[in-house]
Amino acid sequence: MIVKLMRTTLIAAAMVTSGMAQADNVKIGFVTTLTTPAAVIGEDMKNSVELALEHIGNKMGNLDVVLIMEDDGFKPDVGKQKTDKLVKQDDVDFVAGYIWSHVLLASAKSVLDADKFLISANAGPSQMAGKRCDKNFFSTSWQNDQTPMAMGEYLNQVGVKSLYIMSPNYAAGKDMANGVETTFKGEIKGKDLTKWGADAQLDFSAELAKAKASGAEAIFVFYPGKAGGAFIKQYQQAGLQDVMPLYTVFTVDSISLPKLQAGGLTGVLGSKNTQEWSPDMDNAANKRFVGDYLKKYGKYPSFYGAQSYDAIMLIKSAVEATGGNLKDKDALRKALKAANFDSVRGRYSYGNNHMPIQNFYLREVVADSEGRWTTKIVSTVYKNHQDPHAKDCKM
Amino acid sequence: MDWNLLISQLMNGLQLGLLLFLLASGLTLIFGIMDFINLSHGSFYMIGAYFCGSIVAYTGSFALGILVGLVGVFIVGALVEWFIARKLYREDHLDQVLVTFGLILIFDTLVHMLWGASGMAIPLPAVLNGQLTLGELVLPTYRLLIIIAGFAVAAILYILVSKTRLGMLIRAGASNRTMVEALGININRLFLFVFALGAAMAGLAGMLIAPITEASIGMGNDIIIVAFVVVIVGGIGSVKGAFYAAMILGLIDTLSRSYLDVLLGLAMPTEYSETAAPAISAMLIYILMAAVLAFRPQGLFPPAGAK
Repeated sequence: MIVKLMRTTLIAAAMVTSGMAQADNVKIGFVTTLTTPAAVIGEDMKNSVELALEHIGNKMGNLDVVLIMEDDGFKPDVGKQKTDKLVKQDDVDFVAGYIWSHVLLASAKSVLDADKFLISANAGPSQMAGKRCDKNFFSTSWQNDQTPMAMGEYLNQVGVKSLYIMSPNYAAGKDMANGVETTFKGEIKGKDLTKWGADAQLDFSAELAKAKASGAEAIFVFYPGKAGGAFIKQYQQAGLQDVMPLYTVFTVDSISLPKLQAGGLTGVLGSKNTQEWSPDMDNAANKRFVGDYLKKYGKYPSFYGAQSYDAIMLIKSAVEATGGNLKDKDALRKALKAANFDSVRGRYSYGNNHMPIQNFYLREVVADSEGRWTTKIVSTVYKNHQDPHAKDCKM
Repeated sequence: MDWNLLISQLMNGLQLGLLLFLLASGLTLIFGIMDFINLSHGSFYMIGAYFCGSIVAYTGSFALGILVGLVGVFIVGALVEWFIARKLYREDHLDQVLVTFGLILIFDTLVHMLWGASGMAIPLPAVLNGQLTLGELVLPTYRLLIIIAGFAVAAILYILVSKTRLGMLIRAGASNRTMVEALGININRLFLFVFALGAAMAGLAGMLIAPITEASIGMGNDIIIVAFVVVIVGGIGSVKGAFYAAMILGLIDTLSRSYLDVLLGLAMPTEYSETAAPAISAMLIYILMAAVLAFRPQGLFPPAGAK
């Protein structure tokens, strides 16, 4: 009896202290990939989150920010475990991050069932935008289909008649292929979905030979992270750059470009890709972000970093709008939905499914004034574009 | 039928097979002769790539990178044998697996500390970045180089194993280790050499693939599983078996990646076949291994006298 009483008291005491601790800080869990070759992406996101915290003096309103980084190891099961830990053990207020769609899909339920907020800083699987949309899920990136849709649209504009598609065989890879197929009006001459994950296929010899034999006019690929560099190298070694121009999404970015430059793969200069953001965007928030990132880390940030930076700023805007009252979930949700902050891509709004309604741009690979390879916006392909899965969301 | 495509795909399969052979030949010797399961064999593959990449970055010469890389990995292999593996030969397989798994983690972390997480691109000389045109057929020069280098190493290894006294000892060791020891051969020195040679060949495979895929942390851990499949299919301890098995697996993998989606497309709607094909082609080599284990558990070409 006494033991039981003591235990209850202890638990109560623990609850009180943790309750008090909660009052003067905001806890953010951030899940990304910090090991495996995909760690280069995670590193860029981590750098950007740290820069964001530096910019806001580690404060949101009166609250101190406590950041807990977790590594998903590029695996859905590990991502879910780490998410469970953040939700149950650390009792965070927000869970953000997630590079990979399959990791996000595996982890989302843990966060949403606990009535906490989930902010995707990259992954935008069609499921989360459509049937599985949730009042507490927000994205600071895009829905997977949108960027390739913009690319399909651009291909129509320049009169490409036939296309070969290559993409990894996982949730986002299928969304990307699907995205370009919905808008591209020409003929799809062939499609390869290649093995993905921690032991992803990186030698594309067989697929490139097929692509070449298909006689397609152009090739569209989605190979994020390390695979992108490997693909472009082999594309050039196979001598395809003169026969099949390369159009990409999420493949040629500031993660792959420095290495492509070091490898002297000039074939990528001038290649086109679509994206919602670019380092050269002309707004105050972006200039500060890109400028300080360059100063601090000596290289350009990638879109992964830009979206992670935005995720922190979005959370800050919501925390401040509610006066730091993290208990008032409805007010927080309303503030998040308003997206009332200066995004590095410029202002955007949220659709019914909490995916951004935003512009998509055509970017070209160029050398900057110091000779570093980067991307530059050429034109706007979509203005205020909403993803096609929003109609499946019952919100 | 597009014959040019088929020929390029056969060449691609050959290239993959030869890389697998470079990895598996060392693995099968170490496994067969010393009865030592070395999970960290893939780490030599990774270290080779990083050594070569660093030298190329420093001197700009790819040939020098390969040369220095080979020596470097040979030394690392010898050190691992001397300080770690040697103490484990008489231990249980489970102990060997645990220790070498630990070695993987140590090597991965060391590489992370020394070279960072971002991986390393290895630039090729312009000659190797081009293509060779034979009539209608266009082949990347560098992939041809891998094939030539792979065959050359296979030939050297064949002569070493089947025509020299050292090779005789290696073969004898694979068949009956105790007898070799009883005949007064310095088995420690033989083991040290075989281990380091195996490491150097794995390192060479890593150096050859890195200009295509980049050197990265854990790159060896993905391919080592396939190398073990090669060892099992070929017959443990048999270099000849490793060669044929590597070729067979390389061709199966490449050809299924090239043609399986079309074949499956005949039997099911495209949307299913294009998703199922990569999954099935990733499984095929394991299905082959299961079949070999079921019907010919000693492997396709077991070493003479092996039980």
